[in-house]
Amino acid sequence: MVPESYYLALSAVLFAIGVMGVVVRRNPLVIFMSIELALNAANLALVAFGHRHGSADGQAMVFFVMAVAAAEVAVGLAIIVVIFRVRHRLSVDDLSLMRW
Amino acid sequence: MAALAFGIIAFIVVGSALGLVLKRNPIHGALFLVVNLAGIAALYLTLGAEFLAAAQVIVYAGAIMVLFVFAIMVLIPGKEETGPDPRRRYRLLAIPVGVALLAELILIAVRRGGVPPRGPGSPGGVETIGRLLFTDYLFPFELTSLLLLAAMVGVMLLAKRT
Repeated sequence: MVPESYYLALSAVLFAIGVMGVVVRRNPLVIFMSIELALNAANLALVAFGHRHGSADGQAMVFFVMAVAAAEVAVGLAIIVVIFRVRHRLSVDDLSLMRW
Repeated sequence: MAALAFGIIAFIVVGSALGLVLKRNPIHGALFLVVNLAGIAALYLTLGAEFLAAAQVIVYAGAIMVLFVFAIMVLIPGKEETGPDPRRRYRLLAIPVGVALLAELILIAVRRGGVPPRGPGSPGGVETIGRLLFTDYLFPFELTSLLLLAAMVGVMLLAKRT
């Protein structure tokens, strides 16, 4: 049996890679996908914790995270499409609209 | 055996995550993310969370990734698939790969040994999760429906051309 700490280490690695993607990339779509990666890393940690304690509560939480992620992706992609319609470019470096 | 499986899946998951972050073409990134999400679903299976593994494949690798690929296709026009195919020889590899996959699936269906079926009350089963969602987590569960409704209305409002 693989100890849970391995799963937690893997989750940490994935989360770090996701955060790296958010910081490094300029395409908002790729940034979005990196956020999904980080969310999944957190989900993996939740399931691993639930497995350690032999309860299904962690899995229920992952279920809610999935629902929130679905809503978030729909709204986020709609916002990106609207921005693209106005600006005709797709780079977060251009998006300083809300900065004063 | 379990350690070996974990090692292989972990390698695939980390590799595809790096591919997502490092590849320039967003479509490649999206395909890497599909591999990554499938790998995480496999990890859920090794942790005994069957329901979540299925939900992961359906919700993430299915619905969410279709949205992503759709947005990428709409926003970043690539080369259209017309004219002679410059990589025809590579694409013909799809035939042996498909045959191998079919043989593998048939083999699994015929042998079907190995893993004993789990009872309905196992901690990762649908029954346990469903009972939990409709008792302890009933209020968050109902809030989720409200959230999805709000997201749906918001997306329609955003996507509407004024």
